[in-house]
Amino acid sequence: MLHTITLKQAIDGVKQKKFSLSELHADTLTAAQEAQQNYNIFVSEPRAQEVNNALISTPLAGAPIAVKDNCLTQGQTTTASSKVLESFSPAYSATVVEKIQTAGGVVFGKTNMDAWAHGSSTETSDYGTTKNPRNPAHSPGGSSGGSAAAVAANACIAAIGTETAGSIRLPAAWCGVVGLKPTYGRVSRYGIVAMASSTDSPGSITKTVEDAAIMLTHMAGNDPLDGTTSSQSVPDFTSFLGKNIQGLKIGFMYEDLAGLESILDHYHDVISVLETLGATVKAVSALDPHYAISVYTIIQRGEVSSNLARYDGIRYGHDRSYFGAEAQRRIMLGTYTLSKGYADQYYTLAQKVRTLFRQDFEKLFEEYDVLIAPTTPSFAPKIGIAEGQAMFGELADMLQEPSSLTGLPGINIPCFRDTTTNLFLGLNIIAPLWREDLLLQVADAYEKATEWNSWRSHA
Amino acid sequence: MKKTNISLQQVQHIAHLANIPVSEAELVRLQSAFDETLDVISNLKELDTTKVTPTHQVTGLENVLREDEVTEKRMFSQQAALANASKTHAGYFVVPQIISQD
Amino acid sequence: MHNTPSKYQLICGMEVHIELKTKSKMFCGCKNDPFGAAEPNIYTCPVCLGMPGALPVPNKKAIEWTLKLGLALHCKINLFSKFDRKHYFYPDLPKGYQISQYDIPFCYDGYIKTSQGRVGITRIHLEEDTGKLQHTTIQGEKVSLIDFNRSSVPLVEIVTEPDIHSGEQAKEYGKKLRDLVRYLDIADCDMEQGGMRLEANTSLQLSEVARTTPDLLPNYKVEVKNINSFRFLEQAIKFEADRQALILDKGETPTQETRGWNSLKSETFAQRSKESAEDYRYFPDPDIPPIHFTQAQIDALQAELPELPEIVIARWENEFGIEPRYSELLLSQTEYRAVWEGLFSTSKKDQLNTNQLASLIVNKKISLSLDTAILISAFKAQTTTTSIDESELAGVISSVIAENPNEVSLYKAGKINVLNFFIGQTMKKIGKKIDTALVKTELEKGLR
Repeated sequence: MLHTITLKQAIDGVKQKKFSLSELHADTLTAAQEAQQNYNIFVSEPRAQEVNNALISTPLAGAPIAVKDNCLTQGQTTTASSKVLESFSPAYSATVVEKIQTAGGVVFGKTNMDAWAHGSSTETSDYGTTKNPRNPAHSPGGSSGGSAAAVAANACIAAIGTETAGSIRLPAAWCGVVGLKPTYGRVSRYGIVAMASSTDSPGSITKTVEDAAIMLTHMAGNDPLDGTTSSQSVPDFTSFLGKNIQGLKIGFMYEDLAGLESILDHYHDVISVLETLGATVKAVSALDPHYAISVYTIIQRGEVSSNLARYDGIRYGHDRSYFGAEAQRRIMLGTYTLSKGYADQYYTLAQKVRTLFRQDFEKLFEEYDVLIAPTTPSFAPKIGIAEGQAMFGELADMLQEPSSLTGLPGINIPCFRDTTTNLFLGLNIIAPLWREDLLLQVADAYEKATEWNSWRSHA
Repeated sequence: MKKTNISLQQVQHIAHLANIPVSEAELVRLQSAFDETLDVISNLKELDTTKVTPTHQVTGLENVLREDEVTEKRMFSQQAALANASKTHAGYFVVPQIISQD
Repeated sequence: MHNTPSKYQLICGMEVHIELKTKSKMFCGCKNDPFGAAEPNIYTCPVCLGMPGALPVPNKKAIEWTLKLGLALHCKINLFSKFDRKHYFYPDLPKGYQISQYDIPFCYDGYIKTSQGRVGITRIHLEEDTGKLQHTTIQGEKVSLIDFNRSSVPLVEIVTEPDIHSGEQAKEYGKKLRDLVRYLDIADCDMEQGGMRLEANTSLQLSEVARTTPDLLPNYKVEVKNINSFRFLEQAIKFEADRQALILDKGETPTQETRGWNSLKSETFAQRSKESAEDYRYFPDPDIPPIHFTQAQIDALQAELPELPEIVIARWENEFGIEPRYSELLLSQTEYRAVWEGLFSTSKKDQLNTNQLASLIVNKKISLSLDTAILISAFKAQTTTTSIDESELAGVISSVIAENPNEVSLYKAGKINVLNFFIGQTMKKIGKKIDTALVKTELEKGLR
C-alpha cells in the first residue's frame, strides 16, 4: 500500500512512473480516513481532490503533506485547534505552506494540535485529543501531536509542524518518528499563528531523516515578510546524508539529571552505537534545565499574552470568552510577568538567564560538534495525565527548552521501542546555530545503523 | 489558610488587564494555577545574573528594514478585509459603542 | 484678554503627533493615504489588520525622516534603538498592542527656540497610528464603526520639556514645529485631516517657587487633548491656567486628569481620571530586530539636511537685506526654494533693491516662476520708470485737467485725495511706466 512509503520513495516512484500520483493520493486518503476514525488526527480532514499531474516534474512531485492547523492555508479553515477560530478561512497562506506548494507538495489535511500550541499532549485542543497510533491509550505528545500521529499512522507522506519549545521533537519522540526543528530564523513564521515570537520555529515531521532533509530544503529561506529570517543561503540538505561520523565529537547532556534513571540505559546503548560508528562521546555538564523551565514559562507566556491580544472577535473569529482554560492560564500568567512592578523580577530576569543558557551552549560547542540527550524524560504517558495541571507542557518539554530558547537547531530520531507497550523513546541531537547539516549527518548515520526506524533505507 | 503567592484581587486585576472575561469559579481555579506556576518559576533568583544582559533576540540580526514602496498585490480589497468579520456595515467593521477615550 | 495671574507660573509641556507622508505604511506595504481614501478599509493587509501570523517590517524612510527631524531640532541620536510593544485594548488597535518606542527613542535631548525662550525637546520617537473609530446608531443600536485605512500609518511623536509658560508660546511652538516639518518635506501637518495632533500637559507653580527652585515641578498635571487648531491650543491653555488658579487659590489641588477642549463653549471638560498611569506592559518587539546606526550614517543624514530656516533667514537679512517676515513666507513655498538663492544673488549683483523684490513676490505683485530671468525682468518692469519728455507730460496733464472740471472743483475745495484720480488718469493717457512722483508734482503745479 502506497501510504506506507517515505517522501523520497514517493517522489522517485511518481517520477519513475512506478505508480501514479492519483494512486498515491487515493491510498493515503484511505489510510487518513481510517486513522481519523481511530486517532482523531485532523481538524480538517484531507479531501479527495484531483491532483494535477503537472506536479510530477516538481521537486516534491505532488506528494500529500499534512499541515499543522496553526499554519494558515488560503481558502481553507485554519483554527489552531481553538474554538475562537472555528470558522476562520484566511485569504492568504503561511509562507512555509506557499513554499512547499511551489515545490510541488499538496496540502493534505490540517492536523490537530494543542489549542494555540499551548501544551505537550494535544489534550488542550478544542476539537478533542489525538491518540498515539503506536498505542492509542497514550498521548501522541504535542503541540504538533496531530502531525506526528499522522506520520506515524501513514496518514500522510510527511507533515509540517512547529516548535516553540519541544512541540516538534517531543511528539516525534512519543510517536516514534523523525522531527526536525531548524535554527530559529531558518524558516519563515509569516502566516503561522504566533505563540512565542522569539522561539517559534516551523519544521517538519517525517518518516526518515532523508525526508527531513528534503522538507527543510524546500521550507527554508529568507522571507521579506518576516524580519527575523536569515539571509543564509539554503543548501540542498540531502547532500549531508550518507556521510560517516568518524572523529565527530559528541557531548552527552543530562546524564546526572534526576528523573532520567529509568531510561538512561537506552541512551547508553545509543552512545555505544555512535562510538561504533567512529564518534567520540563524552558526558558533559550543562546548566540545569529546570531553570530553562522557568525562563521558557515566563518568556513564552509573556509573548503569548501579547500575541493573543489581537483575538477580540472584531475583525475575525469569536470573542475572548471562547478561550479555553489553558489559554486563559497562559495569557494571565504572561500578563502578570510583564506587568508594572513585576516585569523586572520576571521577564527581564528570564531574558538574562536566557543569556546564561546561550553562553553555556557556546562553551560546549567550543569542544563538541553536536550534543545529544534524551528527547523526553519518559515514554508517552496515558491520555488524561495533563488534566488540570498548571504547567504540564512546560514541564514535559524541559529537555528541549534550553535549545529552543537559544534558537539552536535540533532533531529527534527514534532510538528505542518498548515491545510490550509499543511506545518509543527518542534521541535529541542539538547542533550550533545554522548547523542542520551536522544534525542530518549524525541522525542519518544512526538511523541507518539501527532498526528503530521501520521506514529507513538500509545503509 | 494556605499561603498564596497571589491574591484573588490581583488575579481579578490581571484578568481585567488581559481583557479575559472570568467567572468567580474560574478566578479561584486561576489563583491556584498561578500559585503552582509562581512556585516553579521562582528558582531563577538562585542564579547570578549580574554579569549578563538580557537576550531579547537570538538571531543577532539588525536593521532589517523595508523600502518605502506600496505593494498593491498584498493589499486586501474591502471585501477580503471584511470577509471574516462577524459584523460589518457599509464597508466598516462594527462594534457596540464604548465611551470614547479621545 | 485673560492673563495668568502673576501669582502663578504656567508649567506646560507639549506632546505632538505628526503623520509622516511616506508612500507606504510603517510596518507594511499598504498605501499611506487614510484621508484621501474613497472608501473605508481599502488600504489594509494582514499586517495592519492584525491578522493571525502577520508580521511587521519597519519602513526605512520613516526612520530616516524621524532622524532628520531630530537632527533639525538639535537632538542627540540613539545609535542603538528598537521598537517596543505597548499593550492596551481598544477596537481601533487591531493587534491589542501598538508598536512604539519605550525607553530608547530614536532622538532625545534637543531644543527649539521661541521668542519667549528655548523649549527643550525631551524625545522624538516613531510609532504606528491606530484605525479610526466613528460613533453612530444603526437600527436603534449605538455602535462604533471602524476604518483601518489609517492603521499602522507612521506617526512621529515629539515631546517637550515643561518649558512652555504661556498659551502664546505654545502656539508659537506649534507653528514653528509645523513649519519645520513642512520645510523638511516629511509631513503635511494638516490638522483638519488629523495629520498633526496637539496635546498639552499643564500645571501651575507659585511664581515665587518657580523663581527660586525652577526644577521643582507641581505635584499634579492636567492633560488637555482634542485640540485641533493653534488658536484653540492658545485658548485652551489660557482657560486651564485660569481654572487651575481658582482651585489652587482655594488651597486645593486640581485633579490629575485628561480634559478635552470644547470649542463651542470655549472651555475644557473632564474626560477621564489620570491618577494611576496605565500599565502598558512594554517589552521589545521580538518580531523586529534592533536598529543600529553608525555615526557615519548619522553624519550623512545631517549633511543631507537642508539649511535650516532660521539660518537662511538670518543669512538673507545679512547678505541681501531682506526682512525676516518676507524670508519666512518665501521659504514656505517649497517648490520654489531652489530659485531664491540664485535670484537674490543676481539681484544683488545687478544692484537691484532685493528687499523690494522679495516684498513684491510675497505680495503677489510678481507671479512665481522657476525662471530667475523672468522674475528679474518682471521686477524691472514694475519698478523701472521710463523717462518722459517734459512737454509731452505737460500736454497730457493739461488735457486731463481740462476733461475733468468737476474733479478740479473738488480738489480746489480741499479734497486733496482727488489728486490720486488725476494721477491715475494721467498714467493711463501716457500708457508708459513713468515716475509717479514726478507726475504728482507736475499735477500739483497744474492745479494751482
